[in-house]
Amino acid sequence: MAQNEFWQGNKAIAMGAIAAGCRFFGGYPITPSTEIMETMSEELPKLGGKFMQMEDEIGGIASAIGASIAGKKTMTASSGPGISLKQELLGYAYIAEIPIVLANVQRGGPSTGLPTKISQADVMQAKWGPNGDHGTIAYAPCSIQDCYEITIKAFNSAERYRQPVIILADEVLGHMREKITIPDPSSYTIVDRKKPTASPDEFVPYRADENGVPPMAAFGDGYRWHVTGLTTNEWGFPTNEAPDIDLKANRILTKINRFRDDIVEYTEDYMEDAEVAVFSYGSVYRSALRAIRVLREEGVKVGHFRPITLWPFPDKEIAELSKKVKTIIVPELNAGQMVLEVERAAAGRCEVIGKSLINGELYKPAEIMSFIKEVA
Amino acid sequence: MPRDDVKNLLRSNFMPHIWCPGCGHGIIMHSILRALADLQIPKEKICISSGIGCSSRMPGYIDACTLHTAHGRSLAFATGVKMANPDLTIVNVMGDGDGTAIGGNHFIHACRRNIGITAVVMNNNIYGMTGGQASPTTPEGAFAATAPYGAIDPTFDVCKLAIGAGATYVARATVANPALCEQILKKAIEHQKHGFALVELVSYCHTQFGRKNKRSRPMDNINFLKERTVMKAQADNMTEEELQGKIVVGEFLNIENAREYTERYDEVIKRAKAKA
Repeated sequence: MAQNEFWQGNKAIAMGAIAAGCRFFGGYPITPSTEIMETMSEELPKLGGKFMQMEDEIGGIASAIGASIAGKKTMTASSGPGISLKQELLGYAYIAEIPIVLANVQRGGPSTGLPTKISQADVMQAKWGPNGDHGTIAYAPCSIQDCYEITIKAFNSAERYRQPVIILADEVLGHMREKITIPDPSSYTIVDRKKPTASPDEFVPYRADENGVPPMAAFGDGYRWHVTGLTTNEWGFPTNEAPDIDLKANRILTKINRFRDDIVEYTEDYMEDAEVAVFSYGSVYRSALRAIRVLREEGVKVGHFRPITLWPFPDKEIAELSKKVKTIIVPELNAGQMVLEVERAAAGRCEVIGKSLINGELYKPAEIMSFIKEVA
Repeated sequence: MPRDDVKNLLRSNFMPHIWCPGCGHGIIMHSILRALADLQIPKEKICISSGIGCSSRMPGYIDACTLHTAHGRSLAFATGVKMANPDLTIVNVMGDGDGTAIGGNHFIHACRRNIGITAVVMNNNIYGMTGGQASPTTPEGAFAATAPYGAIDPTFDVCKLAIGAGATYVARATVANPALCEQILKKAIEHQKHGFALVELVSYCHTQFGRKNKRSRPMDNINFLKERTVMKAQADNMTEEELQGKIVVGEFLNIENAREYTERYDEVIKRAKAKA
């Protein structure tokens, strides 16, 4: 039976994680994401799961990676400078191919910046944060319902592709309360990481399966293997050999690229006959949708494209969109980050207009209406 | 030659190791393997974790569940491993820079929680892998790549640090006495059921430290350690002045009725379930 609740986004993220099978959380207090860990501290032990308040942000992600290596679905969460601190070990999880979920409830920056104000200025950091090349999966929820459901998706992708997955929420979503209908577990699938079928003595820890993802044993379940942040060969041992390096470096990119169409998600509103499209994500989508509804009543042919996955970026879809509309407007709570990707994908086929708001406020529908009216 | 049960714990196909000929770290690895073999812990139930540096390359050579983490972070990773699977016996090896500089915060908090991990600080008084820079245990007056005029920073006493932070087993030995290393390690590994054990094993780096400090041959260092070693029982009757420049070895703390962290967390689970 579906059940209704009145939750804030941070609680929905935590409860979604638990529904996805998360049984370990390691974190450190920081605004505006702390309620995720508070919820975890209360809920996880009820299910036999474990919560650790670690000594710092790095310890939070380190413990989550460690617990994942020992077989649990795990998570960490943070905001602002806490996310900066986590980049080191986010990179570790990419190269060692350890599934974890990182929730980033975005606030204003740089540095301590605006702890209680909304921002979308970490979207490029989500893509490029750790040193080195890696394939990024990042989801942007737009509602409390979405916080729950997208967190389940994030865990599924982490398990399926054996890598960290980022949830890019924001301060308004984290703290806003609205109705959420808890989906019945029969309405969604849960993905668990593929276990090795080879015997412990024949197990090659980083030999990929047909999908480019190596099956993952857990410490303690009979397999002995080596995990390291160094670039390794298939046996998991450090290598300086160009062919081995090439294989590893490319595999952690291609395991995402080849399943790009399975991973990329987006929604469209009022796009059938639209001449102008608004591209927005996260909380901004809510204001944008309101603006579009009002203008549609006035007969303005405007629609909306919302990326659910910011990474991989829906570039093919934006390329298609750019053939149908004369203008794409990209309102963002940053100095203009995703607009660069929209411009790249549109490749000059239509006008792309970036709009930036970096004063700690959320766009009001009226502001987005005025952007549309400038071009419609 | 190593015993058969020790050889069984080696990944000899991944050798040669990276350590310089004559390095003290091999004695530590051998001592750890002898302790694990004597305790007859199944190798799939052993986790060897480490950070970054010469010492931290050890896990790769051991045929167990091995986790080579990031610089300084090993105890935080190991905390997650232990929480997820308390049945694992975890030996976490670190260097002096790895464990007490970049990893200092994780170190003191792992001690404070009293989580069932045996941490080994392989103290060679230097950052060896990066070329001999001064560490928090480089003695005052010693020369290093980043202390060309002699180090002026006071040093950490790793054992006192662990005692102050709440570890419940603390001991020290030097690689000049492998038998003591092994004996202490065995007790420290068995202590995991009671909580966090810290073992400082004083090693040496003749390549990076030694060549700048007139101890460039391995035996210079073994002799140096032998000359300066004082057993704890003997040290208890010595004045502070007499102990200047000495290395006190033995067991400093062993609290056998301490309560281990994952067991305490099981009580949290019981309380949460009762309330739910």
